[in-house]
Amino acid sequence: MSVLGTSVRRIEDPRLLRGEGQYVDSLTDPLLDGSVRAHFVRSFLAHGQILGIDTSEALSMPGVTAVFTSADVDLVPAAPGGAGAPESMARPWLPAERVRFVGEPVAMVLAETSAQAADAAEMVFVDVDPLDPVVGIVAGLSDETLLFPAAGTNRNSRMDGGWDRFGPDRADDDSPLFEGCDLVVRRTIINQRLAGVSIEGRASAAVFLDGHLTQWISSQHAHGARSQIARAHGLSEEQLRVIVGDVGGGFGPKINPSPEDVLVGWAAGKVGRPVRWAETRSENLTSQSQGRAQLQHVAIGGTRDGRVLAFELDIRQDSGAYPLLGSSLPFFTRRMAGGPYDIERIRTRAESVVTNTVPIEAYRGAGRPEATAAIERAMDLFALEIDMDPAEVRRRNLIPAFDEPFKTDSGAVYDCGDFDSALRAVLAASDYEDWREKQRFRRENQWRRVLGVGVCTYVEITGSGPATEFARVVVTAGDDGSVTAELFTGASPHGQGLHTALAMIASETLGIPIGQIRVSHGDTSTVPSGGGTMGSRSLQMGGSAIRGAARDVLAMAKQAAAEELEAPIDDIEVCEDPPGLFRADTPERIVPWARILELASDAGLTESDTALPTLSVEDVYSTDGATYPFGAHVAVVEVDLDTGEVVLLKLFAGDDAGRILNPMLAEGQRHGGIAQGVSQALFESVLYDDQGNPITSTLADYAVPSAADLPDWDLVAMETPTPMNPLGAKGIGESGTIGSTPAVQSAVVDAVSHLGIDHMDMPLTSFRVWSALADPRSDISRKG
Amino acid sequence: MAASLVEVHIRINGSSTTTEVEPRQLLVQHLREDHHLRGTHVGCDTSNCGACTVLLDGKAVKSCTVLAVQADGREVETVESLAAPDGTLNQLQEGFRFEHGLQCGFCTPGMLMACTSLLANNPDPSELEIRQSLEGNLCRCTGYEMIVRSVRWAAEHRAGREGEK
Ligand code: FES
Ligand code: FES
Repeated sequence: MSVLGTSVRRIEDPRLLRGEGQYVDSLTDPLLDGSVRAHFVRSFLAHGQILGIDTSEALSMPGVTAVFTSADVDLVPAAPGGAGAPESMARPWLPAERVRFVGEPVAMVLAETSAQAADAAEMVFVDVDPLDPVVGIVAGLSDETLLFPAAGTNRNSRMDGGWDRFGPDRADDDSPLFEGCDLVVRRTIINQRLAGVSIEGRASAAVFLDGHLTQWISSQHAHGARSQIARAHGLSEEQLRVIVGDVGGGFGPKINPSPEDVLVGWAAGKVGRPVRWAETRSENLTSQSQGRAQLQHVAIGGTRDGRVLAFELDIRQDSGAYPLLGSSLPFFTRRMAGGPYDIERIRTRAESVVTNTVPIEAYRGAGRPEATAAIERAMDLFALEIDMDPAEVRRRNLIPAFDEPFKTDSGAVYDCGDFDSALRAVLAASDYEDWREKQRFRRENQWRRVLGVGVCTYVEITGSGPATEFARVVVTAGDDGSVTAELFTGASPHGQGLHTALAMIASETLGIPIGQIRVSHGDTSTVPSGGGTMGSRSLQMGGSAIRGAARDVLAMAKQAAAEELEAPIDDIEVCEDPPGLFRADTPERIVPWARILELASDAGLTESDTALPTLSVEDVYSTDGATYPFGAHVAVVEVDLDTGEVVLLKLFAGDDAGRILNPMLAEGQRHGGIAQGVSQALFESVLYDDQGNPITSTLADYAVPSAADLPDWDLVAMETPTPMNPLGAKGIGESGTIGSTPAVQSAVVDAVSHLGIDHMDMPLTSFRVWSALADPRSDISRKG
Repeated sequence: MAASLVEVHIRINGSSTTTEVEPRQLLVQHLREDHHLRGTHVGCDTSNCGACTVLLDGKAVKSCTVLAVQADGREVETVESLAAPDGTLNQLQEGFRFEHGLQCGFCTPGMLMACTSLLANNPDPSELEIRQSLEGNLCRCTGYEMIVRSVRWAAEHRAGREGEK
């Protein structure tokens, strides 16, 4: 029986369960002996002119090795991170003239112990002349105060703020967008700023020896870190070794190395000693990149019988203090604007703007959840306006099942999908009509605890192509007749269970038991290139690459064994027990791997520089396009009309990510994704006061849900294999997040829609719901 | 500032230790830095995340809220004490492996110690009891349901009850 499609338990687990995880701050590598500890001095003002930094007292503190400010840093300046942002908006490694957000590092202290470094950091005096803080997107857009006077504006991306005339292909269509519509509904929606909050924060350790830098970093992308760090130092990639071991969660903000990470490597060179750094949670919540943060204006038009004809999405993206990856996220939001619906005319525009807040980068979903939230809210508003059930409105507008690429008016090319089946499966699993009945009953009988049901259908992008991924498969004989395989991947997992998934693929191809397969990633000295783990790409890209390399190894093995088996290559098959090859018509005669490797060695197929015979193949897998997972979620909530309290009773999720390799791993990805999506709808929001002071800077203030805050999840299975890769797999890492947020938000609004409320912004805390109930016309729900 | 060091005697994972510590040193730092027990993690600075959970005289505590000097004369158990000396996982660890109760693994040592304490007091906890007793341990990866199942698995498979599931 094939191992593919079964719930193989993770090979990663025993180590992690014994507390042996190799997280950066747990490393005991002898190269790091004699390390000094880094601690950053951070800005306490959101915006201000730096007048001076006095480090003299800090330098005289016990254990202090060095204190560095921007004057000391001789790294190559970084380019601006957002596509097309002006040069003047590039982020300095440490600022020389201006601070632009509370939490921005302004000086770096090195000392013998963390405690000494933290103590000394308290004694660095930063003299700052305050400037007006720019807090919030609207303030940024006003350009009343500029973060970068040289740029002349706070707007910062290539997206010029102009409309694409309907879809990208319809520039010369001069009919009005809403032609033929019986009605148009418009609304302003906030997709609030969120923090990644991996339980392990950022961490780096570095040692500079003989012109070579070795840096351990908690990252989602070892090779991206290598190129960015090398560029900063002016080193060649050969002079830099990046090692990513165990990583305690990523979720997007660990895609790119932060200035702090880069400075750790730089400081190791300056002081001639290894340097280690691990941020505290309050540093993490005030200086690690955050996500979302869009202000959206939607307009949806259609006919009274439920047909949507046109959709408009106008996006204002908060970039935070410096344009980084986040400035470009509206690109994905625009691309996915129409969601799973067959909408004739879609037009979008976007602008990104700098403000005195933490910079925005990717957070689970990165641009796609914002698109889904916008179109799903719009569909609900439209449904309410024409008094039609929201599930029915969706059904009338979904793109019919397709297995040939489908191009939307916002420019996305979906690979394959069956959106209607997904929706119908989830409606059936959830007993949707039954909940509607219960809802009516409670309303008619004046219950104070009302029910709400929310529906979301979605489609998203994963494994964005064109792209490539590296793999190497090495099969080695032991002295004792055993065989082992070692797999090297350019993906960079941090909890997804990719080692197990890749081992399953290699085991399936080669017949070598999973227990005899080792997987390595993240060390640039053994993996020459890699695309990391982001955008739900690892299995489809890394898995396809490992499959290709393993098949090449198998072809060599068959070639080597053909003579001994007296069989043409096409008649040779793989045996799992014992691992080896046999001729299809003589299954009792198995040539074990140890013998195959000997034969391969005789035939000159094996590596020349290894003690034991070894077959080794490298492969770079490439793909032209992305895959588009899709699905439907239904949420059921109970809302207390007296207190505004929301209880999530049920969440039904159908997430179709193509063929499932390991159902247990897929379930884990969906669960975790759903939890984060639900949490955006109900709990989480990064908040600043009007002076730009973060007021969610600890886990006491920023609401990460615990086990007690969340229910069990009801998952609905669905598999529509994609033709885009040989595994038939799409990404599953972000689907749960993308589908659940709108379903839950929708359910809460639905619960109180009979009281004249048609929209509330997230998170739907009891205070926000209570405020809306107190005055349905107020916009208090919009604040924050 | 050697003058201010204090000698503490703590029994850690069954071995007696004697160390001189700064009075302000947290137990979690003591374990990680002085005893190189790096399985106990730090995930916050406000006692919210539970990544640092250990057993102090058999009871689950957040070792970032206890000073090393407060553990003087007492017994501490960390995640490193759970598996057998040959590395064989205990029933609770097996439960986490079997039910996929961990992803990145960073919250896991704290979760395991909190669950050890839960199962010692309540060998057959309901799902609700598990959720409530883990309220102080945050996990950003799993969405919790599979952690709850892991604890149930351990409860159902504890010594003498094998084969019930
Ligand atoms: S480190 Fe978070 S509770 Fe102790
Ligand atoms: S497994 Fe990653 S935080 Fe729990």
